[in-house]
Amino acid sequence: MSTPPWQFWLTLGLALMLSIIPLPYAYAAWNPDWVALVVILWTLYYPRRVGVGSAWIGGLLLDVMQGSLLGSQAMAMTLVGYLTVKFYLRMRVFPLGQQALAVAMFLTLYHFVLFWIEGVIGGPSPGLDRWYPIALGVVAWVPLQAAFRILWPRILKT
Amino acid sequence: MAIQSEQHRPLLLRGPSPGSRFLLLWVACILLMVLDHQQNQTQNIRAALSVATYPLQALVNMPFAVGKWAGESLSSRNTLLSENEELRSQVLQQQFQLQKLNALQVENTRLREMMRSAAEVAERILVAEIRSMDLDPYRHRMIINKGSRDGAYAGQAILDAYGVIGQITSAEPLTSRAILITDPSHATPVEINRNGIRTVALGSGDTRELNLPFLPNSTDIQVGDLLVSSGLGGQFPPGYPVGVVFEVLRDPGKNFATVRARPSAQLDRGRQVLLVWFGEPQRVRQATEEEVPE
Repeated sequence: MSTPPWQFWLTLGLALMLSIIPLPYAYAAWNPDWVALVVILWTLYYPRRVGVGSAWIGGLLLDVMQGSLLGSQAMAMTLVGYLTVKFYLRMRVFPLGQQALAVAMFLTLYHFVLFWIEGVIGGPSPGLDRWYPIALGVVAWVPLQAAFRILWPRILKT
Repeated sequence: MAIQSEQHRPLLLRGPSPGSRFLLLWVACILLMVLDHQQNQTQNIRAALSVATYPLQALVNMPFAVGKWAGESLSSRNTLLSENEELRSQVLQQQFQLQKLNALQVENTRLREMMRSAAEVAERILVAEIRSMDLDPYRHRMIINKGSRDGAYAGQAILDAYGVIGQITSAEPLTSRAILITDPSHATPVEINRNGIRTVALGSGDTRELNLPFLPNSTDIQVGDLLVSSGLGGQFPPGYPVGVVFEVLRDPGKNFATVRARPSAQLDRGRQVLLVWFGEPQRVRQATEEEVPE
């Protein structure tokens, strides 16, 4: 009852693939955090089945696939999952714009945790590039959320 | 499997509270990160998980593979013929150059023997494909599709047709993680090809730039100088192009010149890379014997 539905794993797989797809250098910095968006989306509408644990798994797989420090993205993703579980009731009734703002805040915190970890292990300080995926993530949220809400009742019937 | 209706459920979530789960998982993450960063003891976890994520990486790679296959099977006979001809002439030219090279190599070995220095001529090469590329400005990493099963090892040099790309940081059974020479935390021992001055090229976080911060103002270096790997440090085979200097600024107020170079390797394009075994002939032979038959 508390395991995520298979549709979640499907979208998580798609998100993982989108985040490692080889892009030209100029666009690579803009690639939104697909996994974080998928985690927020599912947690928002299925908080009983998708949440902190699934976010952790998604982040860990992302760590392995991108070759980043094992546990760093998992840590940031867990925070995103937790915040969404905490605020899902409020976020569901938000108008779309406000919801996108909340997503922007989650994504900013996600990047803050990553930035913090990089700082601790001695990485260089970031420039403006950090903000690009957040901006594009918010833009991507609107159609993603709409698509999810169209798909949602269909998933329920089958 | 259907997702059950959300009706007839209590408003509050059951089970351990998200807060406690969150704290537990964060502790797990911190443990993992400490192990990964300080002792590099997460090889097994990474290896197991990378086998699980391999299908996804293969799927991402598929459009490119299909595109290549389609391009090959759909190209017309004439194109193939002309390409074949071109390749033939290239092979001829290169064989001609190779003859000279062989003679030079023999001569070089002889001279080195006369000078009683160790000649490092034995090299073995394996073609690998890039599975994923992480070009975060502060972390230039990639994953390639050859792993410890193919004989790859941590610290192994990676080249492409034009120069040095980077080195493997950890080899998993099917894939390997590698760091690029432009990663800000990477340093490549180089020498100026023209006069043999040795220095270190640091990554800049930009795939089109390397920094050489340790050259005094009086150093003999010019725009257009070719930097080749010096082989010192034992990570990279000596003599391969690393970059070409495109800017030299000598500020009399500073101790060191500002020198910037463009990497010779095509770091931001191409999907094929070369893994190189070099050094003691014995080690190369060992790697050749261990190779898994295709």
